[in-house]
Formats: sequence, structure tokens, C-alpha cells
Amino acid sequence: MEERKTKIRAFLSKSFRNRELQDDDDIFSLGFVNSLLALQLVNFLQKEFSITVEDEDLDFENFKSINNMNALLERKLGSAAVQG
Amino acid sequence: MGQLESAAPKADAATAGMKMELSDAQKESRLRFRDFVQQHISPFAGQWDREQRVPLEIVDALRARGYLGAVHPTRNDHGGPMDLITYGLLTEELARGCSSVRSLLTVHDMVSLGIWRWGSRDLKAQYGTATASAQLLCALALSEPEAGSDAASVSTMATLSGDEYLLTGTKKWITFGQIADLFLVLARCQNQVDQTGQLAAFLVPATSSGLTRTALTGIVGTRASLLAQLDLHECRIPKSHLVGRIGFGLTHVVATVLDHGRYSVAWGSVGIAQACLDACLDYTSQRKQFGRELRDHQLVQQKLTDMIASTRAARLLCYRAGYLRETQDPGATAETLLAKYFASRAAVNAANDAVHLHGANGLTEEYEVARYLRDAKVMEIIEGSTEIQQITIPKFSFSEL
Repeated sequence: MEERKTKIRAFLSKSFRNRELQDDDDIFSLGFVNSLLALQLVNFLQKEFSITVEDEDLDFENFKSINNMNALLERKLGSAAVQG
Repeated sequence: MGQLESAAPKADAATAGMKMELSDAQKESRLRFRDFVQQHISPFAGQWDREQRVPLEIVDALRARGYLGAVHPTRNDHGGPMDLITYGLLTEELARGCSSVRSLLTVHDMVSLGIWRWGSRDLKAQYGTATASAQLLCALALSEPEAGSDAASVSTMATLSGDEYLLTGTKKWITFGQIADLFLVLARCQNQVDQTGQLAAFLVPATSSGLTRTALTGIVGTRASLLAQLDLHECRIPKSHLVGRIGFGLTHVVATVLDHGRYSVAWGSVGIAQACLDACLDYTSQRKQFGRELRDHQLVQQKLTDMIASTRAARLLCYRAGYLRETQDPGATAETLLAKYFASRAAVNAANDAVHLHGANGLTEEYEVARYLRDAKVMEIIEGSTEIQQITIPKFSFSEL
């Protein structure tokens, strides 16, 4: 779980320069997320963790912090394991 | 490239450290595309430009060859989904002949892929196959009379009424809007108790009640791309035609669509630049001034050199973006943006120089370079203007090659 958070933090830190992101920081309220970064973030989560972000996953809560993204991954990877 | 590089590395490639070469299949595809364009598009592109209309026969020809929707994941004909490098070659070759025809490929593919990416299972079941095969042509309805670069300011409203959404507003500059069967419309939602004013994307069939379209003519470039204005007056669509979720219409649905559009426009720009170079190499080796061919004058050589270098550089950026897209690298969006930015400016510079090298002839319809200049200027504006990209690109972090 920590490894996942570390990877997410590393990805976000490229866009959030000079700011130490905490696991529960709301990245939207920090004002750095535009549509291109939002798209990159989805692509990163898909590629890095071998998931597919579906239309029903489009909820700002799922992407607003490192903790919430990790929770989304847990749900998706967990359900994938059950289905698999 | 693309498919090739994802294969197991060969020994020579490993020792060389890097391999940048098209596969044999990609080279063959490029020749096939070029032959098609030279036979069916290039000889007529000037006429279509003057008539401000590509004939429907060329749409049928693109569809029959599997070129429209070629990269759709569900394609199982014509050898399955085309890899994104081959798709780039197709786009370049089409643009080398006619940017209006290229724009049909761009707009149909960006929207059909967007529907597939973010549409619900039901929506994909209803429209997936028909849009992948281009039996239904798609167009993007984003811009409005008062909303261009500031896409988030669209004023088209969507109101939920029972099992339907009612859309009201005006959409402008809709490429191939005159003949498209489906529109992806960005609108602002009303009557959502906790989501007032949020943007959402909707799939609107052209046959929907309350939708009228009007042909737009007289545009400077890509004149044959059948532009339309859409007027929606309580246009009724099923509630199920919402694409993605409310609040994600711009940030994810339209962003996905434009991301593909920029890739296609980048390659299309390379096609224009290459067409300019082709025309100039021919013209400067035939025409004589001051007792010798134009190409023997040093200032002409300088312009040709700049054209060659910038066209090559633009194509390399497109290859790089294509490879990252093919491997689903998260950096692909940024690299695509960079490729579109550079290639569209390279196309304008090449076309500007091409007109100069042709002198007064370059200002006439007798030569193609005037059309190339008009079309190139469009490339700098669509899918994010040069100026918007100049304020966007520095915000990305780019990995080193």
C-alpha cells in the first residue's frame, strides 16, 4: 500500500514542484490540476497499476488525494482479484 | 516504430541503444496511403477547396478502406486496429493531399474514441460498432460564438427532464457538421441539486428533435471541411446519452477527445509541411531567374534547408508522441501537445516560405502553395491555439529522451 502511495506521490511531485504533498492533501484545492494533468493522472494510474478507469469511477473524491487514489486502487485491484 | 519497438529488442538494436525505424509493414502502409492520395485526393483538392465541399464519394472511399475509425479498439477488419505510428503516416499522407479530408479523419476518430473511452456500457453497445466502422460519422460540438479557447465558458445548457436531457444553445465551427450523424456536445448542466453549472458531455444524434444545422462558408483554410453551426432549441436526447459523468465533461471526456485530435493535427501539419517542401523542390528546380535555376540561389537554399529541417524535426516529435501513445505512457499527452505546437508552427513557416519561393505564382490558385498556407494557419488555431499551448506546455514536466 505504501509503495502505491510513493509512486502516486512521485508522479504528482513532477507537477507540484517545491511542495511536499501529504497523503490527504486535496490536489484540486491546491489549484494545480487542469484538464491535461487530470488526463495524465488517469493515464498514469492505468499504466502504473494495470487498471482501467471507467466512466463510473469519474468522481472527484476518487482523485482528490493520494489516500483517495490509493483507496480507488484498492477497490479496483481487489475486485479484479475477486473476478480473476 | 510503435508496434515494432514493443517487440523483443534485436541484438543490433540493443547494442546501438536506440532504434528509430519504421517496420516493413509500416513502410508498405505508407506507400499504399500515398498511392491512394495521389490517385483519389491530390488531383481534386484544389477544386474541393474552391467548391468548399469534399464529395461524399471520398468519404465512402475512406470508409471502404478502413481509414475512418482505423485505430478504434473494436476494429477487427482490415487487420484489426491500426497502430498509432501507421495511423500517423496515414494522417500525414492525407494532409499532404488535402487538409479538409484529413480533418474528417481527425474529428471522426477523436469523437468515436472518446465515446468508447468514457461512454457507458449501454452507449458503447448502441454506438460502438457503427462509429468504429464510420457507418455513423462523428463530430465535436465544443466551440460557441462566445466560447473558443476558454472552453469552460460554454453557455449551452442541459436540463434534465424525466428520462431526457433538453439541450439549448449554439455551437459553431463544427468540422463536418453538415454531414455528421452524431455530435459530442459540451454543455452546462442545470437542475442538478448539488451540481449546478457543471460541465458534461452528451452524445446528440443529428436526427434529434430541436437540432438544426446551418452550413458555414467563407473560412480561410480547410475550406472543404463542411463546417456547420448547430442550433439546439430544447433538443431532446435520452438521459443515457450522457458521456462520462457530470462535472467531467471537459476535464476528462473532451480532454481525451482533444488529446487524440492534437496527435492527428500534429501529423496533419507534418503533411502540409512536406507538401510545401515537395512543391518547392519541384518549382525551384524548374524555374529560372537571373540565368539559373532558383535552387541555385543561396537564399533559396536557405529556405529549403529550413523547410527540410523543421519538417524532419516535426515528424520526429510526432514519432515520439506516437510511440508513447502506443505504449500508453502517461507522458504521451504532454509530448503530443509539444508535437502539435511545433508541427503546426513548422507548417505555417514552411507554407509561408513556399509562397515566397513561388513569387506571384504562389498567390494564385494555379499552384497549391496558397492553399497550403491557408490550411496551415488553421492548424495553429484548432485543438488548442499556439498561444494557449505556450502557456500550457511549461506547466508539464518532460522526461528526457
